[in-house]
Amino acid sequence: MPSLILTRLRQGKRTLPFPGTEPVLPERFRGLPVLDHARCPSGCTSCVDACPTDAITSGGNLQIDLGRCLFCPECANACPEGAIRFTSQYQLATSSRNDLVLTEGETLRLAGRLAEQTYRVLGRSLKLRQVSAGGCNGCESHLNSLNTVVFDLGRFGIQFVASPRHADGLLITGAVTQNMRLALEKTYQAVPYPKIVIAVGACAISGGPFRDHPEVLNGSGSIVPVDLYVPGCPPHPVTILDGLLRLIGKIKESRATPSS
Amino acid sequence: MAIGLSKFHSGEPVPLRSVPDLSIAEFRAAILSAVNGTRSLAALFGMPAGDRHVRLIAVVADSVTNSLSILSTKVGESYPCLTLECPQAHWFEREIAEQWQVHPDGHPWLKPIRFHAPYRTGNSISPAPVAGVTDFFAMAGEEVHEVAVGPVHAGIIEPGHFRFQCHGEDVFHLEISLGYQHRGVERALVGGPGKRTIHLMETLCGDTSIGHATAYCEAIEALGGTAVSARAQVLRGVALELERLANHTGDLGALAGDVGYLPAAAYCGRIRGNFLNLTAELCGSRFGRGLIRPGGVGFDMDKPLIAKLQERLEAALKDVEDALGLLWDAPSVQARFEHTGTITRETCEALGIVGPAARACGIERDIRQDFPSGIFRFAQIPISKWHSGDVFARAWLRWLEIQRSGAFVREQFASMPDGPILSPAGPLPADHLVVSLVEGWRGEICHVAITDANGRFAHYKIVDPSFHNWMGLAMAMRNEQVSDFPLCNKSFNLSYCGHDL
Repeated sequence: MPSLILTRLRQGKRTLPFPGTEPVLPERFRGLPVLDHARCPSGCTSCVDACPTDAITSGGNLQIDLGRCLFCPECANACPEGAIRFTSQYQLATSSRNDLVLTEGETLRLAGRLAEQTYRVLGRSLKLRQVSAGGCNGCESHLNSLNTVVFDLGRFGIQFVASPRHADGLLITGAVTQNMRLALEKTYQAVPYPKIVIAVGACAISGGPFRDHPEVLNGSGSIVPVDLYVPGCPPHPVTILDGLLRLIGKIKESRATPSS
Repeated sequence: MAIGLSKFHSGEPVPLRSVPDLSIAEFRAAILSAVNGTRSLAALFGMPAGDRHVRLIAVVADSVTNSLSILSTKVGESYPCLTLECPQAHWFEREIAEQWQVHPDGHPWLKPIRFHAPYRTGNSISPAPVAGVTDFFAMAGEEVHEVAVGPVHAGIIEPGHFRFQCHGEDVFHLEISLGYQHRGVERALVGGPGKRTIHLMETLCGDTSIGHATAYCEAIEALGGTAVSARAQVLRGVALELERLANHTGDLGALAGDVGYLPAAAYCGRIRGNFLNLTAELCGSRFGRGLIRPGGVGFDMDKPLIAKLQERLEAALKDVEDALGLLWDAPSVQARFEHTGTITRETCEALGIVGPAARACGIERDIRQDFPSGIFRFAQIPISKWHSGDVFARAWLRWLEIQRSGAFVREQFASMPDGPILSPAGPLPADHLVVSLVEGWRGEICHVAITDANGRFAHYKIVDPSFHNWMGLAMAMRNEQVSDFPLCNKSFNLSYCGHDL
């Protein structure tokens, strides 16, 4: 018993004061990309060619689809002029798929609160059933991090539950394989109304690195309606938390200012 | 061995024509006489050989002479199975039958492992089976019942289906049916390497991004004759051991949680994140995405960053020792860990179990010692092992490895060689084969790359350690109670996506 108490004292309190205080992210963290077409040499398609998931389009303006983006360093490394670079902005979640397609000069329209009626039912106690449907276990790993003392998801009234019957919604990861399609559909049907769906990670939004493999359905969008998109490969836990808190109105600003 | 086979090294490019092309009788005899306690089947797979034939390729790893035997044979519609005499071939032969419709005659339990349509064209193609719909072992009698779990589980876990055959609370056998994560990784690699290849390697098993990306890079560097700088090799080694530290710590926390010992569970859950954050300081991603690249690494460390990482490593190692002290000192925890989920050394050797699960049965088998590559050729990590083969052994082994990986990373930080971090990767030669082995945190990762006449991948075989070990979990559950499944499962913590590919 004394050793338990001493260990408890040594380990200390480790919960992040989030939201309220900005989290300290690694210096090399790759968050929201910023685009600057003015720096592009004429006819250059280096970033477009380097992107493993064809998330970038050029021609007139640069455009990047954050739903496909793996937040890998390939495009920034390929660009000789710095026309594309990653910032430390971790707030990335949106309410619509189209909002993830970011054109140069636009500000990312971050997710808003649930519609009034759903918010009134789910806003203060959100129970989610997680369905892993054909990814790499990276997103799942970060979701498990949210349950650690560092992020302490429970203090916001959000909890992962063991059965879809107990849940208010699904949180889907993975590109949705042919082999998981039926299980996902049945799990969705088992959740009582009103219900929501959250797609976490490039796979669940667009198929991610497995996009267009015949074995996958390029994400959850074609199977179920999605209410929140959290891009990344995998998204940082704080990116997922930020998205969830926007959904239940605990973070309200609709735009975040990118910082370098 | 009955047939004199040439010995190869891990990471040695071999012209395809020097891989012995044996008759099926010679092929079987060579494998059956070779595979024993110290020689294991690292890979056995099929690839199309034209003319409605399939070429079977086997890689036998000898951990005593530290050499590989690579052999092949051509088969048509069927061949006499190996599994009856060599249980290590069980899962491999099921995979061959599923992918290529080659029937291993006499296979005792032939059924799909990933539930996809066959790759072989030209034959009468059967439609893709429905995931999980297959035969299962069954028992009959009073008080006999079946428990089915999954593919969707109660926690935040990957999908898989488990079928327990029970008598009262006692499990007679657990059968594991996977394939739900099958997303066609190997098939997508054919014709590569391309711009997506390294990303598929990093995501074929996300918690082992460093391990698999390293195995891939070492394979194509060997083929292309690319020399990787000492500095890059050190950075890769550091990343591999940080991956081990994070996952072992997370597993020990989860084991504590599964026996209801929450202090250690809470601390280890947090400390796992601290190790992941060290990798993120290095390359921006907690899983090391973007770090391992053909020719070296994508990110360097300067002196201030090394100092920062050293400080945080020491803090995390101190915290993990402190948290685990609680675990080892709690009799209630030890009572649950000891004599639970035991597998014997004989079972391990027969099934070809790898990694910490094998070392927890007293087997000295570790790629970092037996087939070292990169920095592990110069900086040896002493092999850790324990003898009891139970949940306790698999937990204790992780703690032993945490200490040794910690010491290794500390040592590397203190003596970083200078030099560039990335060398240009050379083009791949035509018609070559290379085997690349890496000791990931779950065990032996085996990649086999085979190039075609144009120097592109004709075939790319990935064997995740979980592919060897799922059967070990099934054996560990025999004569246990259903309620001990979470504990036994976590003590192996196998990968679904790495198996399903």
